Amino acid sequence: MSNASTNQETVHKVSFLDRESLHIPILKILQADGTPYEQAVLPQIDEALAQRIYDACVFTRVLDERMLGAQRQGRISFYMTCTGEEAAILGSVAALDEKDVILAQYREHAALRYRGFTTEQFMNQMFSNEKDLGKGRQMPIHYGTAALHYQTISSPLGTQIPQATGVGYSLKMKGERNVAICYFGEGAASEGDFHAGMNMAAVLKSPVIFFCRNNGYAISTPTEEQFAGNGIASRGVGYGMHTIRVDGNDMLAVLAATQQARAYALEHNAPVLIEAMTYRLGAHSTSDDPSGYRSKEEEAKWREHDPVKRFKLWMINKGWLAEANDEALYERYREEVLAAVKVAEKIPAPRIDEIIEDVYDEPTPLLKKQLESLKAHVKKYPQAYPKTAGRL
Amino acid sequence: MAEMNMLQAINSALRIAMEKDPTMLVFGEDVGHFGGVFRATSGLQDTFGRGRCFNTPLTEQGIAGFANGLASNGTTAVAEIQFADYIFPAFDQIVNESAKFRYRSGNEFNVGGLVYRTPYGGGIAGGHYHSQSPEAYFTQTPGLKVVVPRNAHQAKGLLLASIRDKNPVVFFEPKRLYRASVGEVPEGDYELPLGKAEVVKEGKDITLLAWGAQMEIVEKAAEMAEKEGISCEIIDLRTLSPWDVDTVAESVKKTGRLLINHEAPLTGGFAGEIAATIQEECFLYLESPIARVCGLDTPYPLIHEKEYMPDALKTFEAIKASVNF
Repeated sequence: MSNASTNQETVHKVSFLDRESLHIPILKILQADGTPYEQAVLPQIDEALAQRIYDACVFTRVLDERMLGAQRQGRISFYMTCTGEEAAILGSVAALDEKDVILAQYREHAALRYRGFTTEQFMNQMFSNEKDLGKGRQMPIHYGTAALHYQTISSPLGTQIPQATGVGYSLKMKGERNVAICYFGEGAASEGDFHAGMNMAAVLKSPVIFFCRNNGYAISTPTEEQFAGNGIASRGVGYGMHTIRVDGNDMLAVLAATQQARAYALEHNAPVLIEAMTYRLGAHSTSDDPSGYRSKEEEAKWREHDPVKRFKLWMINKGWLAEANDEALYERYREEVLAAVKVAEKIPAPRIDEIIEDVYDEPTPLLKKQLESLKAHVKKYPQAYPKTAGRL
Repeated sequence: MAEMNMLQAINSALRIAMEKDPTMLVFGEDVGHFGGVFRATSGLQDTFGRGRCFNTPLTEQGIAGFANGLASNGTTAVAEIQFADYIFPAFDQIVNESAKFRYRSGNEFNVGGLVYRTPYGGGIAGGHYHSQSPEAYFTQTPGLKVVVPRNAHQAKGLLLASIRDKNPVVFFEPKRLYRASVGEVPEGDYELPLGKAEVVKEGKDITLLAWGAQMEIVEKAAEMAEKEGISCEIIDLRTLSPWDVDTVAESVKKTGRLLINHEAPLTGGFAGEIAATIQEECFLYLESPIARVCGLDTPYPLIHEKEYMPDALKTFEAIKASVNF
């Protein structure tokens, strides 16, 4: 029997390994005041890239704040914020090529913004109107766009992980110099799909960056009730994967790690695992109230590690940002988002015919029959179906 | 034309599809060098290399998730699930992901060019983890096509059509016929249409409807009935989702009677769906209640396999009961 991958030195008395045996350091580049650590090796970043990242940070903060408000006013049914995790998401996406395929979990709209998703496109999705690329079929925040290589979000947890392995393998077989990046939370790493996807990627040699946002909570379940090992990074090593743990609230640390992860994945046709240690400052979703499971003090402590603030201080230190311009940027996006909300909520819902489109490439005879019967019914009781009755 | 068994026909289909579509990959448990436990993928790795025909780790959910990723990025993917009984760990990836990729994204992304091949069915002394017919679970899922061939010729033509279809297909292969079903099969490329039933034999007293391995059973029952002067029309459904209502309804309007035979348990089986639709389409033409001859509502038993099976004798009895109603 060959088992070359586990051949090791031998010992002659019982000796167990524990999670502490695996020494996993955490990469930090920026200090809280926005100056780099003395020994820190900075990533490749120029002013234009920093501005682009920062712009997406501000937009995302504004979007989160406004859409949370819109959900509380009953204008949209659901929302999820990425507040507190901007560095993890933007630091990683900024290290990628525009054609690298993103398979997100659901909290990564900052990456979508970075790629160029417009304010109107965000709103059209959230208001399920006829301009939504997803044709109003999924809950708010389930974005997706082929043009920006951002696969449409699926609600079931962890399903994107083995899919990313497939996307990476597909890119490799087509000879494209691109990778897939797969985002997930530490909670999703408990799903079977996590094991399946990671193991297959390592064995089949698929160029994927598995990016774990270890943000402390899976809805209300804290990490100590989610896993007993040495975080998620220890598993990467277990799968035989190139692995790194970074400070997920440190934009430059995430950027540096992802730039090198991407280069490695392409050079070796192999996956890399990045575990970003961060904190979900907001609720899991608008259906959740974190005061039921964590203290205000804990949240306040983490606010001191605000990733956007730390990056901003770095940019000010570099002379790439002025406080006055920053305020103006927030104001501009607040107005832009509010204006887009007003437009999007007035755009009508997709026509009723859309209900049978895209089930298959062509509607089946049974589907066509069902649509005809539905339309006849709506025509008879138009007041009961106000979203579509006027546009039959 | 060449003499082939069903495995050879499937192998031939895979080979032709891989030759013509350089992106196509074939993978699953043991499908690489070994050629699959039933040897359906024999020799493909030798021809196309380890990059295009390969073993995966033992993880059905991983195979399905991987297949979704490949197909969503434009790579043709033919995944083998070693036994249909083991498709359930992959259930979420198939019914929530493959089936909904196009719909949920408004066709921004789709997984056309994805086929799950899997051997199904009993009659091989396999016990209940090597004998199930889980097709009905998948027919309940919009977005999937479900296809079941009945012999070598069908297997090749339907598989080639499935691989080239723009929708994900679950392709159930009747494993008790893998080597038993031998027939004339064209060596070249051909496709049989999906979504289209085939009238295998015309008759006037009753329509017998089945698919896959059960086609042999109804044909045998029909022979027995013919000896008693009952003329049977036999239809092979071939595609269960989307299914060909028109061909079945047309036949039932002519014969006035319908018997559906399947190996899966009766309750929640696909025969129930067909019966409901056909009584709606043909209510005034029916001379007797629609009959279902199916497996029992038990797990597939090992020692009582013969008793469990909706066999020719049970089908023959049901034909007589229907005609004499």
